Amino acid sequence: MKRFLAFTIKEFRHIHRDTRTLLILFGIPVVEIVIFGYVVTNEIRHVPVVILDKSKDVTTQKITDRILASPWFLEETKVKSEKEIHDLFKRGNVRLAVIFGQDFEKKLMRREKVPVQVIADGSDPNAARLMVGYLTAIVIQAQKDLNKGMDKRGRLFIKSRMEFNPELKGAFMFVPGTIAMILMLISAMMTSISIAREKETGTMEAMLVSPLHPLQIILGKVVPYVVIAFIDAVIIMALGGAIFGVPLKGSLFLLIGEVILFIFLSLSLGIMFSTMSSTQMEAMFLSFFALLLPTVLLSGFIYPVEDMPVALQWFSTLMPARWFIVILKSIMLKGAGFLFVWKETLILAGMTLVFLLVSIKKFTIRLE
Amino acid sequence: MDEQDKSIGKRNTEHVVEVLDLTKRFGKFTAVNRISFEVCKGEVFGLLGANGAGKTTLIRMLCGLLRPTEGVARVVGYDVVHHPERVKFSIGYMSQKFSLYEDLTVAENIRFFGGIYGMKKKDLAKAGEAMIRKLRLEGVENRLIGTLPLGWKQRIAFSIAVLHRPGLVFLDEPTSGVDPVTRRQFWEMILETACEGFTIIVTTHYMDEAEYCDRIAIMTNGIIAGLDSPENLQNQFNVSSMEDLFWKITRERKTVDSITGI
Amino acid sequence: MRTILIIIQKEFLQIFRNRMILPMIFIVPLVQMLILVYAATMEVKHIDLLVVDRDNSQYSRGLISKLSGMKIYRVAVIPTAGKEAETCLLDNSADAVLEIPPDCERLLMQRQNSSVQLRMDAVDGMAAGIINQYTSLTINNYHKKWLASLMPGNAGNDLSQIRVIPRYWYNPGLNYKHYMLPGILVILVTIMGMFLSAINLVREKELGTIEQINVTPIRRIHFIPGKLIPFWIIALVELSFGLTIGWLLFRVPVRGSLLLLFGFTSVYLLAVMGIGLFLAALSRTQQQLMFVYFFVMLTFLLMSGLFTPVESMPQWAQTVNHINPFAYFMRVIRMILLKGSGFRDILPEFISMSIYAVAALILAVWRYRKTI
Repeated sequence: MKRFLAFTIKEFRHIHRDTRTLLILFGIPVVEIVIFGYVVTNEIRHVPVVILDKSKDVTTQKITDRILASPWFLEETKVKSEKEIHDLFKRGNVRLAVIFGQDFEKKLMRREKVPVQVIADGSDPNAARLMVGYLTAIVIQAQKDLNKGMDKRGRLFIKSRMEFNPELKGAFMFVPGTIAMILMLISAMMTSISIAREKETGTMEAMLVSPLHPLQIILGKVVPYVVIAFIDAVIIMALGGAIFGVPLKGSLFLLIGEVILFIFLSLSLGIMFSTMSSTQMEAMFLSFFALLLPTVLLSGFIYPVEDMPVALQWFSTLMPARWFIVILKSIMLKGAGFLFVWKETLILAGMTLVFLLVSIKKFTIRLE
Repeated sequence: MDEQDKSIGKRNTEHVVEVLDLTKRFGKFTAVNRISFEVCKGEVFGLLGANGAGKTTLIRMLCGLLRPTEGVARVVGYDVVHHPERVKFSIGYMSQKFSLYEDLTVAENIRFFGGIYGMKKKDLAKAGEAMIRKLRLEGVENRLIGTLPLGWKQRIAFSIAVLHRPGLVFLDEPTSGVDPVTRRQFWEMILETACEGFTIIVTTHYMDEAEYCDRIAIMTNGIIAGLDSPENLQNQFNVSSMEDLFWKITRERKTVDSITGI
Repeated sequence: MRTILIIIQKEFLQIFRNRMILPMIFIVPLVQMLILVYAATMEVKHIDLLVVDRDNSQYSRGLISKLSGMKIYRVAVIPTAGKEAETCLLDNSADAVLEIPPDCERLLMQRQNSSVQLRMDAVDGMAAGIINQYTSLTINNYHKKWLASLMPGNAGNDLSQIRVIPRYWYNPGLNYKHYMLPGILVILVTIMGMFLSAINLVREKELGTIEQINVTPIRRIHFIPGKLIPFWIIALVELSFGLTIGWLLFRVPVRGSLLLLFGFTSVYLLAVMGIGLFLAALSRTQQQLMFVYFFVMLTFLLMSGLFTPVESMPQWAQTVNHINPFAYFMRVIRMILLKGSGFRDILPEFISMSIYAVAALILAVWRYRKTI
């Protein structure tokens, strides 16, 4: 036990001296959470809009005012013809165009059906759908207000309640994912540093000859980084709460436990990876680009897993981050207790065990 | 400006390298401390010293790889501080790591480095063939450098360094990691080349290699503790072997000033 | 001039001897594209709905059967509000809960107003918004039809006079794959060009072969292009490969001029490779470069409009994007491929990128020292 401690302390010192890496290890989470929180969002804002009003009557003006007063749309410029609209779209200056036909109000008065043409730049389908959705909502609301006088009895009201995230903040979706991703990233990197140093200084042989059991060696390497990653997790959660209002409704204790478990998992995964690659470069390259990108996209971080093709959903079950994100969301945003997340926790624990065992096995093979 | 250069050139045809108070500091650490010496044309000049004595730093400065902190050095007539690139036309260099490209073949390395030095295709082809023959590597020229034994790499690296017939060649620990027999064979190669008129400056930490040199400078902690031919130095310090010489000199470095020999 | 060719030749020899390279250029991107393009969708494909039907009337049953008949809903019904209604959102077994109160139909029959409650799991805010909109619309339509069947001859009560007619240009099918694939191409091309060339340079530093180069009279102005050009070519090959796969597998259109696209990409590559080289000149080891590079790339990539539209970003992010080369490329590639934009349409971006390229390359050459 004493030897183990000495070994672990040595690892701590190593890290402490490497200032440039320390900067990255602590600075990056801060930068990333800010970026993710503010920049990556499903919502749309400041959509440049152009309105072609061929009627120019009171009603169209009212509707136009509402559109421009909304938080989603910004008037980019004014046009006189449809051709101008084409050019604006092509140049990418405008993403939505609203066209009111002639005699809009008159037709309304005559109880005729009046169309409002909306042209959306479909290259970004999600944004396009949202744009049209919001615009339609504005028009429907305007229509309702116009009809206020009419007799309406026997109406059905729908009371909508948004649970867990009443303001529909995008950060709620992304912050847990960011935590998972950054923890995984840092852990993968840190194990690479560790292995690289071992290779360069050739101290691994010395350690292997020592009476330390391979398990102890691996754990000894892993523990200092667990501490660092944990500090990073705390930083991220604190920032998430402070800047974006992401709450912690559930048990802090449970959350800490899960975070530590995930850190262990990521580190073990990183180590396993390094032992399986022949060169150090290969390990890093593979883990960054072949592992990270699919993880980011398949773990439910940005795109919900339930909406993916079935094959990919199966694939996603292999991603540890996917389970961890579910746990994080449940605990932080919904206040769920252990009873609700025991399944996912078990999966994570199982994966950790597997990775550790494989790492140890590879390790012992190298001894021979 | 040209006139001055020419006259400098004329005055120093005997000295291929002139160093005066050359110093290199890295922060607070002084690697090379006010070194002065000269190397004559056709000499085999050795820089002896333990690891960390400053030999490699010195060589790097003379090759135009490292910028001196203070002092003057003129190599093949050009000032190393102001015209490092002009120096490079007329020198050859072999580093400690035998920097050849491991994933290229012998022939490809030859063509590459020869081409970089601006050798014309025909000349390069001829020189390359001659080199292969001289080294008795026929049939090997299409093997990757990484697959060859260390001794072969060493000789190939040296031959490529002199391929473009530079007057002056710098060898930085050219025999590191190689067995004594191969070392000796390598030195035969070096001396042959010296006989063809090349000036050779070699660094080494093997004391026995000093015997091969015309003159040696013993470096320790960034200064030259002794400079003369091996025999003269042994006589001067009353010792009978190079090991004893080195031992004595480095012990006494505080009382021995750097001696410039002519 | 000849020296540049010699360096290029050497680089290519080394690149193709590296057994990892060819699979990396072709297989990894292919896999990435397949996974990513299929995974990346924001469409809500199904909604797990729990209905608490405390009314158990013709009205409520009709509504439930309408919902059940729609593919998007997976409906489960329970008669009373109980524990299940409470916990289904917590344990992620339902996306939304619709509660129909006990007197619903009776009140409506008496020409009074009634209400239902729709509770949604709003952790994914956007999805919740869509679920809300869609479900409300469905319920409202059902209610209107029910009203109409109950009180025939009330057609004049039809509110929806103003009808919004949407048209989606450039991507009428709202095919998300068409949106994602150019984005992925940006990533691939950038990695091939920027990352590989930079890591290559640092590797020579680490191995020491860079010294052998620095000791020769070769000029930086020859050496740097010699190092960059092979990867520049590879990146463009990658672009072609990616476009071909995109077209074959996903029918991603190429509405604009390919020549224009490759022209812009060439300039873009010069800019990012310049930056990459600059970073390489600052790094001592490959590891260092990778860390720095990875985080710089991740950050700027996210800000470039890869997943989320640039306009939605806060003002400061949009300002930063002016020096974000990825943002330019992301924009231009989508414009050319999906909209068929021409040279005049992308002229501002082209000019910006050219200036960027010149500045970056000058910086890179300046920073690279043969004499340290």
